[in-house]
Amino acid sequence: MKITGLIIAILAGALLIYATADFPGWGDAASPASTHVSPRYIEKTMEETSVPNMVTAVLADYRGFDTMFETTVIFSAGVVCFILLRVFGSEEPKESLYRHVLTGVTIRVRAGGEIPPDSDDFERIDVMWTPFDLIIKTMCRILIPFIQLFGLYVIAHGHHSPGGGFQGGVILGASIILFAISHDLRTALRRIRERIDALLCATGVFIYAGTGALCLLLGLNFLDYAALASILGVDPITARSHGIFIVEIGVGIAVMATMIWIYNNVSSRGKYDEGL
Amino acid sequence: MIWQIDLAILTLVVIAGIGTIMVKDLLGAAILFGAYSFMMCLLWSVMGAVDVAFTEASVGAGVSTVFFAAAVFRTTRRTKD
Repeated sequence: MKITGLIIAILAGALLIYATADFPGWGDAASPASTHVSPRYIEKTMEETSVPNMVTAVLADYRGFDTMFETTVIFSAGVVCFILLRVFGSEEPKESLYRHVLTGVTIRVRAGGEIPPDSDDFERIDVMWTPFDLIIKTMCRILIPFIQLFGLYVIAHGHHSPGGGFQGGVILGASIILFAISHDLRTALRRIRERIDALLCATGVFIYAGTGALCLLLGLNFLDYAALASILGVDPITARSHGIFIVEIGVGIAVMATMIWIYNNVSSRGKYDEGL
Repeated sequence: MIWQIDLAILTLVVIAGIGTIMVKDLLGAAILFGAYSFMMCLLWSVMGAVDVAFTEASVGAGVSTVFFAAAVFRTTRRTKD
């Protein structure tokens, strides 16, 4: 079976490499894409949408439908992870570990036992032993705000530089995941609860599709942001630039929430109890 | 495009790609796959596709490696085959 798979993989690979010989050379000015498609966008993007970064304009405006369904795919990935992995009604854990914050002593509590519920002296730690590391926790605490600031910058500056909703959303989600890894899953879940996270996930897609539907209601095509000019109080060309920005925010929210959602489900086996 | 850089990165891409499927340790495979993604990111930026390189760096080399590591941590670290 392994041999058959290897033969199939090598044959398919050889076929693909053989087929690349028909491609135009890298950066070939005479290729069909460079003679018809690219010049259209290079020449017209700035005057039609007033967005200097052509990639952003093509992604969110000219091919807006494509990006909308990409966002929907991300959303579906989060929902599928939730449906497949989430386990409700968790059984009582056999034993749980607590750390006495002041002395650093670890306490093992067997089933049925309890620590004083109103006491702030104990914090729960994962059963799989994790050493208390002040350096990692402090460094992550310092770093995370800057990572999040960079994520917001990437979303907001997508018009002028590489980046946009997807990348910025992933960076924002990664900062929360870093928080969950450096502290523990329960601490991160107290900041962004499961329900909020799922709602944010759907809100992002809704912002994108809602912007498109608003354009439809205002009398132009779906996702034709020029229709937003009357609401935003700007000329139609600037409205397209602003419309791209609104949509990018939606993508950013959806992607951020989905990344956190998938991580929470995968790392805790769907129990939302103990993470990585 | 400088062909020496291109060749070096492409060699590393192939090595990381083959390593990912050959390694028995799944955590090692996840890390090698992250390395593969990062080399692809370098390749995209060498070819001038900076937006794609950015996505590859954040999604491929960043978050998906964390997802793989979490999945390995919650399942098993050795492959059966």
